Amino acid sequence: MTDQTNDRTASVPIIETTGLTREFRVRDGLHRRTVVAVDDLTVRIEPGEAVGYIGANGAGKSTTIKMLTGILVPSRGSVTTCGLRPVQDRRRLARQVGVVFGQRSQLWWDLPVRESFRILAAIHDLSAAAEHERTDELVERLEMADFLGQPVRQLSLGQRMRAEVAAALLHSPRLVVLDEPTIGLDVLAKQRLREFLVAERRTHGTTLLLTTHDMGDVERLCDRILVIDRGRLAYDGDLPGLSRTVGAERVLVVDLAAPTPDLTGIAATRHLASEGGGLRQRLAFDAEATTAAKVLAAVSDHAEVLDLTVEEPDIEDVVRRIYASRRP
Amino acid sequence: MRAAPAGPSGVRVLRVLRVYGRILVAGFRRQSAYLAAAFGGLVANTMFGLLKVAILFATVRAAGGELEGYDVALMSTYIWVSQGLLGSVNLFGRIDIADRIKDGDVAVDFLRPLDVQAAAITTEVGRSLFNLIPRGIPSVLIGGLVVGMALPDDPAAYLLGALSILLGITVSAATVYLVVAAPGFWLVETRGLQLLYMVVSGFLAGLFVPIWIFPHWLETLAQATPFPSMMMYPVDIVSGRVDTSGALVLVAAQVAWLVGVAALGQVLTRAGRRHLEVQGG
Amino acid sequence: MADTVPPTGLRDRLRPYRAVLASRARSQTSYRASFTLDLASSLLIGVVELAEIWVLFHSVTEIGGLDFAQVLLVFGLADLCFSLADMSFGHCDNLPTYLRAGTLDVFYLRPQPLLLQLVTSDISLRRLSRALVGATALTVGLVVNDIAWSPAHVLMVIVAVISGYATFAGMFVWAGGAQFFLIEGAETTNAFVYGGRYAATQPASVWNRPLWAVFGFFFPMAFTGFLPALWLLGIEPPYGLPDGVGWCAPIAAAWTWAWALLSWRLGVRHYQGGGG
Repeated sequence: MTDQTNDRTASVPIIETTGLTREFRVRDGLHRRTVVAVDDLTVRIEPGEAVGYIGANGAGKSTTIKMLTGILVPSRGSVTTCGLRPVQDRRRLARQVGVVFGQRSQLWWDLPVRESFRILAAIHDLSAAAEHERTDELVERLEMADFLGQPVRQLSLGQRMRAEVAAALLHSPRLVVLDEPTIGLDVLAKQRLREFLVAERRTHGTTLLLTTHDMGDVERLCDRILVIDRGRLAYDGDLPGLSRTVGAERVLVVDLAAPTPDLTGIAATRHLASEGGGLRQRLAFDAEATTAAKVLAAVSDHAEVLDLTVEEPDIEDVVRRIYASRRP
Repeated sequence: MRAAPAGPSGVRVLRVLRVYGRILVAGFRRQSAYLAAAFGGLVANTMFGLLKVAILFATVRAAGGELEGYDVALMSTYIWVSQGLLGSVNLFGRIDIADRIKDGDVAVDFLRPLDVQAAAITTEVGRSLFNLIPRGIPSVLIGGLVVGMALPDDPAAYLLGALSILLGITVSAATVYLVVAAPGFWLVETRGLQLLYMVVSGFLAGLFVPIWIFPHWLETLAQATPFPSMMMYPVDIVSGRVDTSGALVLVAAQVAWLVGVAALGQVLTRAGRRHLEVQGG
Repeated sequence: MADTVPPTGLRDRLRPYRAVLASRARSQTSYRASFTLDLASSLLIGVVELAEIWVLFHSVTEIGGLDFAQVLLVFGLADLCFSLADMSFGHCDNLPTYLRAGTLDVFYLRPQPLLLQLVTSDISLRRLSRALVGATALTVGLVVNDIAWSPAHVLMVIVAVISGYATFAGMFVWAGGAQFFLIEGAETTNAFVYGGRYAATQPASVWNRPLWAVFGFFFPMAFTGFLPALWLLGIEPPYGLPDGVGWCAPIAAAWTWAWALLSWRLGVRHYQGGGG
C-alpha cells in the first residue's frame, strides 16, 4: 500500500474508503458459501486525480464501483464519495458523479442522440443556457455533429461510446467513473476518446476513475494505478513503480548492418531472440540495473546499429506477475 | 449428427425418426431448466382456474344445473384440463425460430440436413411435453382435489385423449410457425401478428368459455379455424364429453388441421428460402 | 431515497419526468402505420375480453344476481381502470429485463427517486384503445341501467374510477417489487395482476369465501368495479357486507399502495444487498 505521508489531508477527498468490504452469499449446490468480492479496501482519491483501477475479471472492480455510486450497500467498512454517503445520499451524489458503463447504455435506444441529451439535461435540471453550452462543447470535442440526429440504435460502436461518454458528462460531474470505456473500439476511436478525457480533465479538473482491461488506457490516461486481486488491493502507485515492483524488464530491439551472432554476452542483459540470421536482435534489461544508453553502447562494440526501439514493459504481463506472486 | 450413407428406405425412415426423436428430447430437456417459471405458471393456472370455477359454475347453476351438456362436474373437468394444457398448448404465439427467420439467421439452419419447419415444430413439442409435468398434471390434480371433477369410465377416452393432446400441442406449434414465424421471411416486424394470434387463439380455442356455449354463428366461426383443435377437442375427449365415435371424429379433424397447417407452412418455408437466396440472406 | 430534491418549484421538479414521457409518446406515435396497428390489436384485446363475458350471457340472463347490463357496469369500471393503469404502470412488469440489462443501475445514477423513474420511464399509448372499450362499456352501463342519479352517484363514479386506477397501479408496483426476488418467476405475480384483472371484471357475488379473501380484500379487486357498481345500482352486497362498502374503494387503493411500497422497498433493499 502506498504511503500517505505527503500532505493530502488538507482537501476533502473525492473518494475515501476505509476497510470497505463486500460479501456475497452464493448457493453452491446445496451449500451456501460466502464470497468476498471486495476485501478490506482502504483508498483515498483526491480531486483531479486520474486513477486506473485494474484487475482480472471477477477481481471486485464492478462491485467497488457499485458501492462508490450507491447501487450496493457495503457489508463492512465505510465509503464516502464527493464527501457524501453513497447509499443514503444517492440522489445528491448523482448530481456530482457521471458513470460510463461499457456494457449498459444510458441513452434511449430508439431516439436520436440529441433527444437523449435533452432528456438527460432535464433529468439533471440544467438551465437552458448551461444545457446549450455544455452540449455544444461535448458535441464539438467528441466530434458528434455528424450523427446527432440519428437514433442510437443506428450508431457504430465508436459513435455510441462517444455519445455515452457525453451523456455521463453532460451535467459536468466532479467525478467520472468509466467502466471499460474503450472495450471493442478500434485504435483510432480509442485514441480519440483518450484525448478527449485528457482534455476534459485539464479544462475542468475532473477526477477520473477507470476500470479497464486495456493497458493503453492506463498508460495514456492515468497517473495512479490501483491493482485489485481477489478483492484485495495489491498495488497502489504510479506505472513505473508498478513495473519496478514486479521487476519487469524493458526490451531493446536493434537492427544491425550485418548478420551477427547472438549477442549473449552484453552485461546486465538477456538475449531474447534473433531474426534474419541475426540482423534484428532483442535484448531484455532491467531498468534498475542499467540504462538503454549503456546497453546500446555495449551493442555498438559488437556490431553497427542501424536502428533501434525500446519496448516498455507490457502492463498486462506486469499485472499477471503481481497475481502470480500473490498466489500461494 | 454424422451423415450415414443412404440405405434402404426402411433404414432411412428409422434414421429420420431418430434425428427428430433427439430434437424432441433436446427441447424437453431445455425446458426443464425453467422450473421456477413453470412453478409460477402453475400458481397462475390455479388462480385463473379457481376464478373460472366461480364464474362458470355460477353460469351453469343459473341455467338450471345443465348448460349445453355441461353440469358442474363436467365444467370442472373442462376448466382444470384446459388450465393444465395452457402451459403446453401454444396460445401465446411465441416460437424461438421466429426471431431467427426475421433476422435472416435461418439461412444457416437451411444448410443443415434437417427440415427447418419440422425441426422447429419438434423442438416446440418437446418443450410443451415437458411442461405437462410441472404444470399440466399438477393443475388437474389440484382441481380434482380442491373442486372435484367428472372423469370418463371408458379407457378408450384416456388413450384417445393422450393422442388428442399430443395432436393439439402439435397443431398449435405448427400454427404459430405458420402465422407468426414464417411471415418473418417477408415482414420486418412480426410482433403485431404474435399479439393478434394471442388475442384470437385463446378465445377461439375455448380457453375461457367452452366454444359449445358460444352463439351458433360464433361456434361455427371458431370451428372454421384450427384453434379448437388445439385445446377444445382434446379437453372434450379427456373429459368424456364425447363418446368414442365422437372422439374419433374430433381426432380426425385435428389430423386434418395438422396436415393443412403443416403443408401451408412447408410451402411458405420453401418460398421463404427462395426469397432468402434471391436476397442473399 | 430518504433524500429530498433541491428546493425548486413543482414545475421544475416535474421537468425530468415530462421530458422522458413526452419523448416516449413521440417515438411511439412517429410510425403512423405501426401505431395504428398497435391501437387496433389493443382494441381487439379489449373487445375479446368483453366477449368472454358476453358469451356467458348468451345462454343465461343472470349470473351472480346481475344481468348483462349490470355486469357491463362492473366490467366497464374495472376494465377502464385496469387499462389506464396498464398504460402508465404496465412496464413495471419489465423489471426483470431492466435488471438483466442494467437499466436499473442507470436509474441509480440519476437524481430522482428510483420508483418514480421506473414508473415514468415509459407509457404505452397503444393501450388507449383498450381503455376505450372499458370507457364505452362504462358509459353504456351507466346509461342503460336504472340508476337513481344524485350528486352522490356522480361522486361515486369519480371516486371509483380514481381509486380503481390507483389500486391497479399499486398492483403493478407490488409485482415489480416482488420481481427483485423472483427474477424467473414473473408468472407468479402475473397470477395476481392479470388474474386480478380477470377477477375484477366478474360479478364477485359468484366467489366463495377463499376467493373473497384473496381478490375481495387482500388484493382488493372487488373494490375496483363490483362493489361501487352495486351501490350505484342499489343492490345489496353479498356476505352481509354493509350497503355502502363501495365507498371504501379509496381505502382499498391506499391498502394496495401500502403493500406496493413495502414490496418495492424490500425489493430495492434486497437488490442493494446484493441478492440480485
